[in-house]
Amino acid sequence: MSLNLKVNGAIHSLPEIDPQTPLLWVLRDNLGLVGTKYGCGLSQCGACTVLLDGKSTKSCMFPVASVGDSEVTTIEGLASPKGELNALQKAWVDLDVAQCGYCQSGQIMAAESLLRTNPNPKDEEIDSAMASNICRCGTYLRIRQAVKTAAKQNLSDDMGGE
Amino acid sequence: MTSLSYAGINELAEAVNGQRLHNSALDEFRVVKLDRRQFLKLTGVVGGGLMLASVAPKAQAQESATFQPNGYLKIDSEGIQIFAKNPEIGQGVKTSLPMIVAEELDASWSDVQVLQAPIDTGTYGFQFAGGSMSIPTNYAPLRNAGATARSMLIQAAANKWSVDKTTLATRDSHVVDSANGRKLSYVELASDAAGLPMPSAGDVALKDPKQFRLLGTRLTGVDNEAIVKGEPLFGIDQSLPGLKYAVYQKCPAIGGTVSSANLADVKKMPGVVDAFVLDGNGSAMELLPGVAIVADSTWEAMQAKKALQVEWDESNASKDNWNQASIEADQLRLESGQRVVNEGDVDAAFESGAGTASGFYKYHFVSHAPLEPQNCTASFKDGALELWAPTQTPPQAIGSAARVAGVAPNKVTLNQMRCGGGFGRRLYNDFVCEAAAIAKHVGVPIKLQWTREDDIAYDLFRAGGFHQMDGSVDAEGKITGWRDHFITFSADGNRPVSGGSLSRGVFPHGLIPNMRVEQTSLKWTNRCAAWRAPGSNVFAFVVQSFLHELADAANRDHLEVLLEVLGDPRQVGGMNTGRASGVVKLAAEKAGWGRKLPEGHGLGVAFYFSHQGYVAQVAQVSVGEPEGARQNRSGESVPRRKLNVHKITAATDVGPLINLSGSENQVQGSVIDGLSTMMDLSVTFENGRVQETNFDRYQMLRMPSTPEVGVHFIDTGEFPPTGLGEPAFPPVAPAVCNAIFAASGHRVRTLPISEEGFYLA
Repeated sequence: MSLNLKVNGAIHSLPEIDPQTPLLWVLRDNLGLVGTKYGCGLSQCGACTVLLDGKSTKSCMFPVASVGDSEVTTIEGLASPKGELNALQKAWVDLDVAQCGYCQSGQIMAAESLLRTNPNPKDEEIDSAMASNICRCGTYLRIRQAVKTAAKQNLSDDMGGE
Repeated sequence: MTSLSYAGINELAEAVNGQRLHNSALDEFRVVKLDRRQFLKLTGVVGGGLMLASVAPKAQAQESATFQPNGYLKIDSEGIQIFAKNPEIGQGVKTSLPMIVAEELDASWSDVQVLQAPIDTGTYGFQFAGGSMSIPTNYAPLRNAGATARSMLIQAAANKWSVDKTTLATRDSHVVDSANGRKLSYVELASDAAGLPMPSAGDVALKDPKQFRLLGTRLTGVDNEAIVKGEPLFGIDQSLPGLKYAVYQKCPAIGGTVSSANLADVKKMPGVVDAFVLDGNGSAMELLPGVAIVADSTWEAMQAKKALQVEWDESNASKDNWNQASIEADQLRLESGQRVVNEGDVDAAFESGAGTASGFYKYHFVSHAPLEPQNCTASFKDGALELWAPTQTPPQAIGSAARVAGVAPNKVTLNQMRCGGGFGRRLYNDFVCEAAAIAKHVGVPIKLQWTREDDIAYDLFRAGGFHQMDGSVDAEGKITGWRDHFITFSADGNRPVSGGSLSRGVFPHGLIPNMRVEQTSLKWTNRCAAWRAPGSNVFAFVVQSFLHELADAANRDHLEVLLEVLGDPRQVGGMNTGRASGVVKLAAEKAGWGRKLPEGHGLGVAFYFSHQGYVAQVAQVSVGEPEGARQNRSGESVPRRKLNVHKITAATDVGPLINLSGSENQVQGSVIDGLSTMMDLSVTFENGRVQETNFDRYQMLRMPSTPEVGVHFIDTGEFPPTGLGEPAFPPVAPAVCNAIFAASGHRVRTLPISEEGFYLA
């Protein structure tokens, strides 16, 4: 079947696609958006996390046909068109969160989803929102710190402060 | 490159460690080698600053605006580029190795662009990520590489200004003439420097470490921005024009061969380009027999693999069974084995002892499970093979892939990709060999993708093992006797598997008077190999827990006994006991050892020396009351008990740090990996088949269970820097288990500790 997919503000036509293909593989193989990662194929590790209308979703088991008119946001869609990092990305860089880095795009997308609904989360809320993402290298302490740093930055930006 | 035996890599280990490594993993695969003399020249492990000329064989061959005095750096009108020679697997070497060059070059870090070096052992010597050896083996050569360039840039400025070079200095990528108030940037000087002869070793001055501006500071990873933007970096991200996608199905029991397969049906599946049988090349480390499927997309290849039906000939396949092995080990534990250590008079020590302790320790097999499943992109064209591989051992990958593809190694090009985790798994290049064989067969570029299930089922595992421990103490409470009967696994019934062999250096050898270590091997077919801190990652649990058992038998404080065993500062084997005591004391002090704790809380300490690193950890835990029973993996009924790990305090001595941020991250990550692994990670086998092949049954620790981790470093200034990818892992399990005992009186003797009912709050 053919379908259109809205990703990071652009519409992509997929002329021939098995509707059951998981969104993950459409992003990676068809659209070349390889920031979204394959880790388990079983919605267990969160490496494939993207946003569907702003809500974190595991793309590895999500059939592309089920996306419908929803807007998909991937890690490639977080920075500004000019390439400026958003607050989460900046905190991730500044706090040197990554070790191998493979899980981090999924971690950032899970955090993005959290901050969109809860701009000032408590530690337990961060833990609970991030619990579906595995970091094999064990960078959880820095991830938690980066989420808090970004939240603080966003709140300060909202109040017009720097 | 010459083809020699694998002695070279062990010589490397000995040169670095002053002893053989516990792990024989690195010598299990055939290695693309240099001869020893060439290797020493290239790496400068011996002879310090004398290897400059050899890392820069073609320094000033022709006139050019590009200044490239050696393989590690290049300066031209584009700026300063520094090349990171070893694979990045999360240990941070793509940042830390270039920092060493930049330090001696006296470049401003913001002026430096870091690039992954090409795989070229003629220029770089060994290029690999393993054994925490990147820093200790490259520190001196990289300092020299940077200092040589700096010396030549100064000479170029001196010539230009017609002044004596000794009147000039460098700062922030510039040569400075402070007497005349002028300066020139390295970029401006590059062309002139390129025309100069190589300086003699005596003309190249290294900085006094007190003048370091970069080393020891907190710098962020050079790939961080690409990572947070999701740019292509990792092996799995590689794409090529006309790329097809491949999967490979091997026998679920290692050693099985293909009898027949429904290839015709599979070829009719949507998107399938080809499906075919590969016979394997006879090496389980390279190419096992199986069925390859090539398709237009990863998903179509995976779907076709699900429809694939193979009849396997399992006559020579693995029949491994974990529970059966456990029963056999239990029957063998009180018998004697092959003696590895026999010092003093152990029997007399036990006879005259005032107190004894004994326990049967056991740990399960575990998988590496790096988060990026194995993959490799390969293109075979006109008799040449090009690879894009996330490997820890690129030169070996080239050698193996060349054999599998039937071409000379110089017909193989390998593009080193960032690795989504290593932990030792990618020291072995079976996935690269498979990609090479498939690409050659189909004649179009392919990306081979293992599923998560493939990645765990066809891992090279950290072996399980069993230790019957017995010890004695005298009337003063001093440890007098120590016996360890280690029951391990062996592929040939004799030589233990990689990571599953005790050597004379095992703790507490050389520290107590009477010690006997014996070893017995059970036959095992599944592949075992190096896993983060091989050997040490399990032996530390056994020996540092049992030391606590003996301290308890003597009614003495564990910390006091540990420090007594380490004794006065001296060299024991490869270990400096002064540095050992130093980290033990610091961890104890920072964690508040001896303070009063609430009921149900406890502190536990453990120390281990591995990969040249000294690490002590103190865990603070609390343990809940026993709850309802549940069945563990062995079918035993055990009460559930809630474990809270409040904090783990780590004190580490690896000499001077290169990157403070990366070092802190390695320690925190190792502690969390250690806790994750000891809590619930286990791979079991039935009829040769792995039973846990995805994260639903192989459950890693997640953020809500992550404890606070305190990180402290010691640098006395007397020792060279050593690696930090591994040494902070081994002490975690014994520190936590000793804390559980302090909190609850329950002695844990099994890993993972979920086997004894524990779960994390």
